[in-house]
Amino acid sequence: MRRIEHPELGIELWQGTLPNGLPIYVVPKPGWRKCRAAFVTDYGGADRRFALDGETYDTPAGVAHYLEHKMFDMPGGSVDDVFAARGANANAYTSEAVTSYHFTCADKFEENLRTLLEFVSTPYFTPETVEKERGIIGQEIAEFEDDPGAAAYMGCMRLLFGAGPLGDMVVGTAASIADITVETLRACHKAFYAPANMALCVAGDVDPEAVERAAAEVLPAERASRPVRDYGPEPGLEPLEKRCSRTMDVSAPLFCAGAKLGPAATGPDGLRQRLTAELAMRCLWGRSAPAYLELYEKSLLNDSFRFESSYAGGEEYIYLEGESADPEAALAALLAAARRDIDPAFFDRQKKALYGGFIRLLDDFWELTESLADGCFNDFDLFDAPAVLESLTCADIAAWAARLTPERVALSIIRPKEERS
Amino acid sequence: MPGVFVTCVRTDKFRTGILSLHLLTALDRQTAAQNAALPGVLRRGTVSAPDLAALAARLDGMYGAHIEPSVRKLGEIQAVGFTADFVDVPGRDLLGPMAELMGELLLAPNTRGGLLLPGYVEGEKRKLVDLIRARMNDRAEYAQARLVELMCPGEAYGVDALGDEASAEAIGYVALTRHYKALLAASPIEIFYCGSADPARVCAAMTDALVPLPRGEIDFGIGTDIRLNTVDETPRTFTEEMDVSQGKLVIGYRMGQAMEDPDMAALWVTDALFGGGWPCKLSANVRERLSLCYYVYSELDRMKGIMTVASGIDPADYEKTLAEIGRQLQAVKDGDITDGEMTVARAAVSSHMLSLTDDPAALEKFWLEQNLLGLDYGPEELAALAEDVSREDVVRAAADIQCDAVYFLYGGEEEDAED
Repeated sequence: MRRIEHPELGIELWQGTLPNGLPIYVVPKPGWRKCRAAFVTDYGGADRRFALDGETYDTPAGVAHYLEHKMFDMPGGSVDDVFAARGANANAYTSEAVTSYHFTCADKFEENLRTLLEFVSTPYFTPETVEKERGIIGQEIAEFEDDPGAAAYMGCMRLLFGAGPLGDMVVGTAASIADITVETLRACHKAFYAPANMALCVAGDVDPEAVERAAAEVLPAERASRPVRDYGPEPGLEPLEKRCSRTMDVSAPLFCAGAKLGPAATGPDGLRQRLTAELAMRCLWGRSAPAYLELYEKSLLNDSFRFESSYAGGEEYIYLEGESADPEAALAALLAAARRDIDPAFFDRQKKALYGGFIRLLDDFWELTESLADGCFNDFDLFDAPAVLESLTCADIAAWAARLTPERVALSIIRPKEERS
Repeated sequence: MPGVFVTCVRTDKFRTGILSLHLLTALDRQTAAQNAALPGVLRRGTVSAPDLAALAARLDGMYGAHIEPSVRKLGEIQAVGFTADFVDVPGRDLLGPMAELMGELLLAPNTRGGLLLPGYVEGEKRKLVDLIRARMNDRAEYAQARLVELMCPGEAYGVDALGDEASAEAIGYVALTRHYKALLAASPIEIFYCGSADPARVCAAMTDALVPLPRGEIDFGIGTDIRLNTVDETPRTFTEEMDVSQGKLVIGYRMGQAMEDPDMAALWVTDALFGGGWPCKLSANVRERLSLCYYVYSELDRMKGIMTVASGIDPADYEKTLAEIGRQLQAVKDGDITDGEMTVARAAVSSHMLSLTDDPAALEKFWLEQNLLGLDYGPEELAALAEDVSREDVVRAAADIQCDAVYFLYGGEEEDAED
């Protein structure tokens, strides 16, 4: 393990890679009670087609998430009980890009860490347990389908990408998960859960060397090959269709607007791409931005408005979502902001605020460990963020914003039933 | 200052400082919406930073500090005010300016002729009405809110933290200004700080910030009425339809005799064991054994003595789920609890409490509740108490739990349309 000091941030990072290819990141936090470990695989809902050792696989929507549910089964029962008996809180989530298994605990960190490494690296599935899960995941899917915010988001992703790795729900549908079997899960585990395709990220008052030792002892020693992903042809910058809407039981129209920004970069450019997007969106649409304040004062946007940039399936894309009496008018005003000049003093304040946000991220164990994994899979150093942020200029933001022409932006709307005509 | 209470957690551990201020008032249908609108109106502008843009510029200049309106329901007390978080690292001391801004927001709003600005009041009133209406967009939260409303029609607890739509619609700037002044004069105030500054500095900063605070006759009588028994002999059942495929089941229970002289640690552990922890009786049986749902959990309001259980299910499984939840509660009452289950529940509570000490925002919520309950022990003490809770303590806490109401939200016949 290598120790890298960041005195200006008052933090140090320990970093190393095991012979089996597993990257490890530890941020010691002396004096904290809570520890968090995230064991993350570079495998998400978008990784549906892939090749491994000469064989190609085409898997249905929802496999990565189904696998996440089933990993908690061990030959002796559910691993939940093991964590729970030690008061640890273990959970997992699957996004378009990654599956993350994690726990937080206030006690017995090393034992919990070993349990985490053990269960994530042990594929134990039986036809009965795989079948039993279908009812539980079926209800999770039903919950998503009833959720108007999720419906607006999925509508937007469909407009941008069509059916496929990014246009389908990460959880899949009742139909797509119907045929998932023990074999499907086993093949995906073999392809994506090899240590070289994963990252172990830890924050807390822990001994970095002990983390490395535990990982070396629990995980397989050999270095397996990594799968080759196939996301299909480059989707282009224009949405497949620009508008969609449906009605649901909602109090006011909900919207989700989105745009594709082209291939996701890796290496230092990956970090620059993320920070540019974050700063640009803050300048254009953040809580201090003139466009947001005007729309808020006109009651065309409220506190539910939010935006995000995403990196998955080899693509960079953004989405803006919220509630508005007139989503078209709100979107037009938000896009008009992309063509306005940015006041340099305002720009400097936004940079300062984003820097403050980065400092606070260092206390947020969830964000910190997940961001370290993101940096690992995309080959950049998270702690370069202050320097990269400092180097960004008004011109960078203007260039970013110039790509957001109205014909590149898709809009999905969920309308209340009374509005139906 | 009379009726102003300060709680400080001094630590150098975090890079984030937290400061909050809440006015405490009795939760009441007549005033809840007005109270809920106030922090939003005050947050629109002050004498020195007259609008949102000026406030935003000031906060961005403080490394992106936040100060947001806060509206909470704590038992039958409504707490309204502001919560702030800001960078707290050596050389960037923001306590002074944040305290000053908080005082300004509370006491020096942008007014004309002594009245809150009609435009600000109108805008925030619209927002409040939208927020109240938008409860339905989150199906699970809506079902929870409806259960409470329907279960407690004659109790202040049945009132939502935001009030109701009709009272929100009735808000006007003249009446709201009058209400604001009365609230300032009569409400006890709770201030919380967590960060690197000494308590003495915090008190001094807040005392300076609150110099213009008018203090009249302070209403120290506010509190929560705990109803021990159920409203009817058998549980009341409520069903409502919405265009959803998954049904939302919420069950409300009264904790009964356990609230006479509540053993808080036992209540926490009982809730964790039954449905508040993971795994627990409900997750192991309703979810894992019977595959009836993705989520099922219980939540205990230790101020009011009401526990709720919520789950999302296939409407066809309604009876089966209800029966299984009842069976699991009976098992807790009967002491049909394994050593393993006891260990897990104790560990869940104690670990949750210890983790709070690393989370300034969670500490803020914890201490406000403790202060209102008149309890002076911290999360570490509660963690230790939880470790000592026995099976008998759990059985005693659960003995008199009675189901008072069942609420079910499920899909009607209508199909949604693509257009």
